[in-house]
Amino acid sequence: MTVGIRRQIDRAMGALSLLCAVLVVLPLLLVFGFLLYQGASAINVDFFLHLPKPVGEPGGGVANAIVGSLILIALAVCLGVPVGVLGGVYLAESRDRRMPGVVRFIADVLNGVPSIVFGIFAYTLIVLPMRRFSALAGGFALGVIMVPIVLRTTEEMVRLVPSALREAGLGLGLPEWKVTLRIVLPAARAGILTGIMVSVARIAGETAPLLFTALGNRFWHQRLDQPIAALPLQIYAYAIAPFDDWHRQAWAGALVLIGLVFLASLAARLATRGRTVAR
Amino acid sequence: MASTPGVGTAGRLSSPPRAISSPRVARGDRLFALVVKSAVWFVVALAVGLVAALAWESSGAMRAFGARFLVTTTWDPVAGEFGALPFIYGTLVSSALAMLIAVPLSLGAAIYLAEIAPFWIRPPIAFLIEMLAAVPSVVYGLWGIFVLIPWLRDWVQPFLGARLGFLPLFQGPSYGVGMMAAGLILAIMVIPYITSVSREVLLAVPNTQREAALGLGATRWEATRVAVLRYGRSGLIGAVLLGLGRALGETMAVTMVIGNRPEVAASLFAPGYTMASVIANEFTEATSDLYVSALVEIGLILLLVTVVVNALARLLVWSVGGPARGARH
Repeated sequence: MTVGIRRQIDRAMGALSLLCAVLVVLPLLLVFGFLLYQGASAINVDFFLHLPKPVGEPGGGVANAIVGSLILIALAVCLGVPVGVLGGVYLAESRDRRMPGVVRFIADVLNGVPSIVFGIFAYTLIVLPMRRFSALAGGFALGVIMVPIVLRTTEEMVRLVPSALREAGLGLGLPEWKVTLRIVLPAARAGILTGIMVSVARIAGETAPLLFTALGNRFWHQRLDQPIAALPLQIYAYAIAPFDDWHRQAWAGALVLIGLVFLASLAARLATRGRTVAR
Repeated sequence: MASTPGVGTAGRLSSPPRAISSPRVARGDRLFALVVKSAVWFVVALAVGLVAALAWESSGAMRAFGARFLVTTTWDPVAGEFGALPFIYGTLVSSALAMLIAVPLSLGAAIYLAEIAPFWIRPPIAFLIEMLAAVPSVVYGLWGIFVLIPWLRDWVQPFLGARLGFLPLFQGPSYGVGMMAAGLILAIMVIPYITSVSREVLLAVPNTQREAALGLGATRWEATRVAVLRYGRSGLIGAVLLGLGRALGETMAVTMVIGNRPEVAASLFAPGYTMASVIANEFTEATSDLYVSALVEIGLILLLVTVVVNALARLLVWSVGGPARGARH
């Protein structure tokens, strides 16, 4: 092939890849633009402060669903963070030859398991024995989804802590557990927080695992062993209902949910900005 | 990276300073090791328990239908007759359609972002794509119902039906909801995912690869093709498989646009059903034990399929960048 033809192929492939990039970004911008346009027109103060109205009455809000989502996230954090962080410390610091590799692999595979499967898991483990749908079951399902994400980011971040820090601690005669808790974990704090926020962003929008665990609720929940409302569930219920007013509520809910998710993602990014620990 | 000399090695010191460890200190270390280890065993127990719980709950349907469950198409809760073929078919076809659209576009975009784009434009676009990978699936579903479906029903499907109607793929009335909508929404959802993982794979390819090719007189595209893509091939296949795993298990958006009809139809215009969406739709309504058990068995099949796909994907991605890469996906 002559140099001229090769140059032209080069230019053509460059243009083709640019076209791909444009085609990738375009539908995503369309989704986003439409969401902003529809959501912004439907959102108001009532939306944040009131309960859903009965069918046919316009107005009302999703206050219970917003609070419910926050409670479910808090329950999930109670399970996902301790297990994930401690497990991540083990993966990074263990001297065992085989165990870390096995657990790492299990965590990565769990990370790819469809979230609805975790819903079934929580259903058989908690809903069936308790004989009712509950916030606890929903929080458990979300917590299980969090574990592998927190585990792997914690491991990655603990590994990045310079070994000189550990050696300094051990050299001063500190026991290993104190070195880990007081020196290594604080040094990796920003990165670990990032991992936690990334996982929160992921579970905040999960709908499928809540369908038959938290179930949803059009009123305020009374106790944690009862069904609870969640923002994604409410959006789903409104979206597939045949009422125009509910559709508007669904768009507003989606906008709030996206805001929540992006806030968590943004917090994750800011936590590590300018730190050497984050790569 | 984890492979940098000196980083992450302290934890593996074979002998911590034993001379000064009193029995009290040693007890503290043992206790801490126990706590940390129990967290890890909890993760292992989760994985084992997940499979065990699903297998236990689905034993009723397994006993009643055996292997027939996988190949029969009757789904009749009233008569207590359950066959999973329409859902398996729907999952495979919608995912295949999604991958057909998503793979070339994502790989092209990743090549652009890692190799060709001017440097100032890379971070904002990569950031945008990662943000979009975080959009919840119920939001895509909402968009699908109110934007994608009317567009397909009123424009795309009548056009395709008129021009390509001789193909069985494009026959029948255009409802909007159906296999085509599911494939498209899945494609839109997995594209940011495949793009960002394959971009990371390409970035993990050592620069000496590119420099060597360019030094031999290759054009930029030739260097990309010969030195970068070939080097990262297994990682890229892994990225695609990760996307496939996502598509197979994706639930909400698909449930909202696929039409939820348990039939095997050749036409992409026809409504269908997937494994994940039948669970989402019918689980709370399932009245008999056998019905629940059949749904859980579908969940078990879905779990096993995605585990195989993901395990394969992980091994391939690890082979390029090492286990630490792509941890957050």
